[in-house]
Amino acid sequence: MTFIAKPKLHHPELHKNSLGYTRRDYEGAISTLCAGCGHDSISAAIVRACFELDLPPHRIAKLSGIGCSSKTPTYFLGASHGFNSVHGRMPSVLTGANLANRDLIYLGVSGDGDSASIGLGQFAHSMRRGVNMVYIVENNGVYGLTKGQFSATSDKGAKSKRGVINSEEAIDLVGMALQLGATFVARSFSGDKAQLVPLIEAALKHEGAAFIDCLSPCVAFNNHEGSTKSFDYVREHNAAVNFLDVISAREEITVDYAPGSVEMVTQHDGSTLRLRKLHTDYDMHDRVSALTYMQERQAAGEIVTGLLYVDPNPRDLHGHLKTSDIPLNALQEDALVPGASALAKINAGLR
Amino acid sequence: MQPTDIKDPDYFHKVVDCQWACPAHTPVPEYIRLISAGRYADAFMVNWKSNVFPGILGRTCDRPCEPACRRGRVEEEPVAICRLKRVAADYKGDVSDRMPPAPTTRNGKKIAFVGAGPAALTVARDLAPMGYHLVIYDGDTRAGGMIRSQIPKFRLPEEVIDEEVGFITAMGPEMRLGQRVDSLKSLLEEDYDAIFVGSGAPRGRDLDLPGRQEGAANIHIGIDWLSSVSFGHITKIGRRVIVLGGGNTAMDCCRSSRRLGGEDVKVIVRSGFEEMKASPWEKEDAIGEDIPILNFLVPKEFKHQDGKLIGMTFEKVHAEYDAKGRRRLVPTGEPEHFFECDDVLVAVGQENAFPWIERDIGLEFNEWAMPVVNEITFQSTNPRVFFGGDAAFGPKNIIWAVAHGHQAAISIHQFCQGTDVNDRPPPMVTLVSQKMGIHEWSYDNGISLDLRFKVPHRDKVTALKDIKSEVELGFDLKLAFAEAQRCLNCDVQTIFSDKLCIECDACVDICPVDCISFIDNGDEADIRTRLMAPAHNLDQALYVSGELKTGRIMAKDEDVCLHCGLCAERCPTGAWDMESFLIDVAQAGMSGAEKACCSK
Repeated sequence: MTFIAKPKLHHPELHKNSLGYTRRDYEGAISTLCAGCGHDSISAAIVRACFELDLPPHRIAKLSGIGCSSKTPTYFLGASHGFNSVHGRMPSVLTGANLANRDLIYLGVSGDGDSASIGLGQFAHSMRRGVNMVYIVENNGVYGLTKGQFSATSDKGAKSKRGVINSEEAIDLVGMALQLGATFVARSFSGDKAQLVPLIEAALKHEGAAFIDCLSPCVAFNNHEGSTKSFDYVREHNAAVNFLDVISAREEITVDYAPGSVEMVTQHDGSTLRLRKLHTDYDMHDRVSALTYMQERQAAGEIVTGLLYVDPNPRDLHGHLKTSDIPLNALQEDALVPGASALAKINAGLR
Repeated sequence: MQPTDIKDPDYFHKVVDCQWACPAHTPVPEYIRLISAGRYADAFMVNWKSNVFPGILGRTCDRPCEPACRRGRVEEEPVAICRLKRVAADYKGDVSDRMPPAPTTRNGKKIAFVGAGPAALTVARDLAPMGYHLVIYDGDTRAGGMIRSQIPKFRLPEEVIDEEVGFITAMGPEMRLGQRVDSLKSLLEEDYDAIFVGSGAPRGRDLDLPGRQEGAANIHIGIDWLSSVSFGHITKIGRRVIVLGGGNTAMDCCRSSRRLGGEDVKVIVRSGFEEMKASPWEKEDAIGEDIPILNFLVPKEFKHQDGKLIGMTFEKVHAEYDAKGRRRLVPTGEPEHFFECDDVLVAVGQENAFPWIERDIGLEFNEWAMPVVNEITFQSTNPRVFFGGDAAFGPKNIIWAVAHGHQAAISIHQFCQGTDVNDRPPPMVTLVSQKMGIHEWSYDNGISLDLRFKVPHRDKVTALKDIKSEVELGFDLKLAFAEAQRCLNCDVQTIFSDKLCIECDACVDICPVDCISFIDNGDEADIRTRLMAPAHNLDQALYVSGELKTGRIMAKDEDVCLHCGLCAERCPTGAWDMESFLIDVAQAGMSGAEKACCSK
């Protein structure tokens, strides 16, 4: 663990975004995770994505459960709202917060243990409800805080650091998210920020349930030979289906790639996703073929990464419930207590 | 790019910007750390080994190290390196027992020195322990040269000169003070094996303007006047004084005048204020003593009445630049300015003068009447004669004289031992890991956010009353510690082992100044544009690794690295390490290793 604070001094040419913040302004406290932890790279990617999207830090709420991954919100967005909840219960707390104040940007950070074991039910229901959020699972396949036992996402046949072979089937969170109706589903790798940062940006821009499964090697317990979540293994088996650029509504869009190799997706908020397709036959608007493709590739030993599915016009929980456009926590007394005549009107409608 | 060759001693030496910029290559971060540790005597000895006059230079150095200081590139101002040097000198206590003793045996070689200034004393210090018989001549009755004669005592007290010159005279050279050398030829005819000329640039330039003769009684040449003040021959000046010139001598003249009765003292320069040669802090101190500096005024005439100087006239000019950027001072057409005065001090530069060197002794002079001197060996065309200090290449600063002295000493030693003077000894380099524990280093890697501390000054009224009362009081220990903590420890190098790297990005993520990138290889110009932060400072190297597993390379821009060691702390495999780099530039007679031992 590093004992000194990260020095405030920064590069003299460090850019400011349109809000006047530098990237450093989106950082948090210095990480207490093991040196080299993939999670720290994901934190850095979140910092960069929020900076590049000019998000006001005080309009972001970061929520997490328990585990190495769930410690990380301390290490980014130090000026944002935060809630470190009970193990596996981040989705419920996030859903509640989102219902009360739909105007904040919600970022749920969880791990494979937090989401695929104790919180599996919570994960599933937040996906099917379509809570407007970014849900990132920092997936390392082990319980790092308790010294490296297999987690529920650990691949069958993977070897632990002690040499034990995992005999249980792995839970595929991406497949579940697709089945359960998430409107943005992606997988990425902590060691590839060129891919990860635009995916986080696109997810933040997505107005629905956005799920990112991010492979994040545990350098202490799961970065050895025989592991399927090590830096080397993921790099060797990474099969990216596309490469993404996020173009905000005010930027000019230029396409300079061969026809058929690029797909433009305009999201509901006006931002455009430019996808350079690496597999031209992959259709990321079709849940069924996405699922099939992934299962095929997985059987062939590949790890499919990239933007796997996106619905450019999603409906979220507030849409389903037809809640007020004004956040519930901002409604004033006159709206909340409309008076006897309004009640009489409602009662009359029910007669 | 090819992987960086970190075995080349120059590579990391350049990263230690201050040490690289110091003509004598003083290991600055090394002594600053010793100051932080309260080891003032050790800090002094590190200085003494490199620059010979820590207490003197800690007050008067031109500080080429400070503009080079990396801290000045990541915040507003560099570390107050010069004044920390003074701290080491002020608080060192008695170090006489750490000085090399006078040798008990002679090596049979005899060297003469012309002048007892900083260059000659440096040569003498380097050669004395080896048993040379050293004979030092100087026209003045006390050793020190311009250090003693030209620097006012309110900037440099006599005791400091006495002590540091005394360390050298105690090493046994034969001091022939008050004996001016009038003929190099006759010196060469004596039995000296080699002669070192460190006679300085003793002639102040004059201004041949109308009225110069008539007003002569009240017109003084700056350096001669300072010298007379220094030796107590002059104790007064008129109430109204004009100082001509924009260098440090002019600053010393005007500030000395304020202490000798000058109430209305002004400095008048031809150029613009910004282009003045004086160090910014010297100008600041002069202005602080109510001395206005008037610029763009070209002196025209000394006005006199009844055989007495009454003032001077000036022509107002402004600067124009031609296509090649050369400056020309063009009259503005305004009527001439007239300033009344009682005395004028002319400090418009100084020159070398060698009337005492015969031109038929095999010692060539160039077209500017300067001796032809080898820039590396400091040997003249007469192989027995070596030059250094201002006598070698014209007026520079004390630290340059010291640097020359070290090199000349190496040459003289090799010449006397019959080896080739062109065969320069290599430096001594050590590179030692600072790792003590999992995230513990044997240097203090926390970065202080303090801005530069000001050196306390004596109250102006008191200071102006006595020309011997030192204006700067120096840092006290608390301030010294705080200022020392601003040093970034640039000599603790980031060492990268590509074989150990797993490309986890932890170093990239933690680096506070974005200096580390993992990218595809390319040529340098291309790589400089593709880094985490563009590397525009071409004076600063890129540290490039060999190819990594993914085919990429690690490229680190050395420019604004804070040497905080966080890359190494966050590295899971020890691919980054923080290693202390100490380079001891060779000095005469001792291998670097022996020198390093005697200083610790």
